[in-house]
Amino acid sequence: MDTLSRPIELDWEAGACAHVPYRLYTDPAIFARELERLFYRDHWCYVGLAAEIPNHGDFKRSAIGERAVVAVRARDGSINVVENRCAHRGVQFCQKAYGSTKTFVCPYHQWSYDLGGNLIGVPFRKGVRQGDRVNGGMPDDFALAEHGLTKLKVEVWNGVIFASFDHDVEPLRAFVGPEVGRYFERVFDGRELTILGYSRQRIPGNWKLMMENIKDPYHPGLLHTWFVTFGLWRADQESQMIVDGRGRHAAMVSRKNDGGRSDAVTAGVTSFKENMVLNDDRVLDVVVEPWWNGPTVTMLTLFPSLIVQQQVNSLSTRHIVPRGTGSFDFVWTHFGFANDDATMTRRRLRQANLFGPAGYVSADDGEVIEFSQRGYAQHGDLATVCELDGRGRGGADHNVTETLIRAMYGYYREVMEL
Amino acid sequence: MNATATIALEDRLRIDELYARYAACLDDGRFAEWPDFFTDECTYRIVPRENYDRGLPLATLSFESKGMLRDRVYAITETLFHEPYYQRHLVSGILAEPDDGGFRVRANYLVIRTKAGSLSEVYSAGRYLDHIVDDAGTLRFREKLCIFDSELIPNSLIYPL
Repeated sequence: MDTLSRPIELDWEAGACAHVPYRLYTDPAIFARELERLFYRDHWCYVGLAAEIPNHGDFKRSAIGERAVVAVRARDGSINVVENRCAHRGVQFCQKAYGSTKTFVCPYHQWSYDLGGNLIGVPFRKGVRQGDRVNGGMPDDFALAEHGLTKLKVEVWNGVIFASFDHDVEPLRAFVGPEVGRYFERVFDGRELTILGYSRQRIPGNWKLMMENIKDPYHPGLLHTWFVTFGLWRADQESQMIVDGRGRHAAMVSRKNDGGRSDAVTAGVTSFKENMVLNDDRVLDVVVEPWWNGPTVTMLTLFPSLIVQQQVNSLSTRHIVPRGTGSFDFVWTHFGFANDDATMTRRRLRQANLFGPAGYVSADDGEVIEFSQRGYAQHGDLATVCELDGRGRGGADHNVTETLIRAMYGYYREVMEL
Repeated sequence: MNATATIALEDRLRIDELYARYAACLDDGRFAEWPDFFTDECTYRIVPRENYDRGLPLATLSFESKGMLRDRVYAITETLFHEPYYQRHLVSGILAEPDDGGFRVRANYLVIRTKAGSLSEVYSAGRYLDHIVDDAGTLRFREKLCIFDSELIPNSLIYPL
């Protein structure tokens, strides 16, 4: 029996998802199984945006779980994703974050690969002639075709690159499902994207806490002053909580209101600042875009690795890269559309002040995740409480709920066999 | 920067003192005074080196007026929930040249972060690219660009650099 399938003893009431054991965030054996079953098998993970590698030979480094990968644009315009690990001695051959190349060459012994990951050159494969003899060389039965890079299965959905180490994974659209896929295609409808830039942070908390954060419509109007005060997200809004058929992906969809005092949602809420007035409100210069079709915010979680943000005029993908049980890297790629005029681009960039590691509504998400992780480390046998709006796992037509988190753990228990 | 342009010794001392006062203000946590280091028309941006080098416009923070700086101070003190920390700025290698009624300055910075009960850690390493002007006898920043090398922000960035 291998390490990953060794039984994990966990005191978790069968079928219950309204309580999540702290050990899910701290136990290395559970984390190892998560990598295997959630990141490396049966799932599609985010790699990047096709607009990041527009030309033949362009590549970018990325990661799936704890494995480094490289996405590269092939000659025919298609995109390949290969593991960043030479077949020879395991070297992470690609050290540049971005670039353009004709081949991948491992620096250690110069093994070279084409952009599809096929091995095309091995120095001294036929040995080295010295006088009348030939020294070394690979065995006669050494076949280049058997020593390529690990090639991932790739799908590019309207400009967003997903890949899987598992070549038997179901098709991407079926994996996401129509309920959440509809909102994915609302943002990514095939329009050409423009990359505005990156933010990267390392958050000292378990990776699942970020999935939970964007499946948790309860906190934004309580933790984030800007959301409750200016009405960007709060409990009195028209909202839809949408979940896919398996419970793993979700969309939080809502429409902003004018904010201000409303006893039902602001009374006693210390983060609500009734008299707060911005000295310069260009940061909130929101302009409705025709493609919104109603909602002003849609936050998607595509389990296990991607969050897609549309919050008013600010758009980003947020990539979750786990780093052990207690840490993950969080990579934000802000983008706009090729047909944005300069004013819209400036607006998107100004609103980016709300997001990322320093953002008015995102900096404290990282902080509370760190504090949660510290709390979990204090006990091995306790569990979180996740009972807002009952113990069910369906969708909801309001945002006073933790149903999406329960849905995720329903799916998680099934796949993880916990 | 153009190595041949020189500035008067007195100006160099004034510039050195500006950076020392700026660092002392932030390291003392006197955030309410921070906007006063800027002219009324100003820009302040914190930018990952990756974006700067590749010509990508996204900033970690991007402020275009003194009002936006004041709004950040309000957020630091009233709205952004965070674990408090000390900052220690080490500014060195100040290179200045005269430009457009003021000075263009490049300087290295290192910010050490210390949280209660924790060891001190390197928090941000980078450089300032600034435009300083004489504002009625006081040197102030008209532009301040903080370009950080540190590829990953250790969780969050709350206070100015």
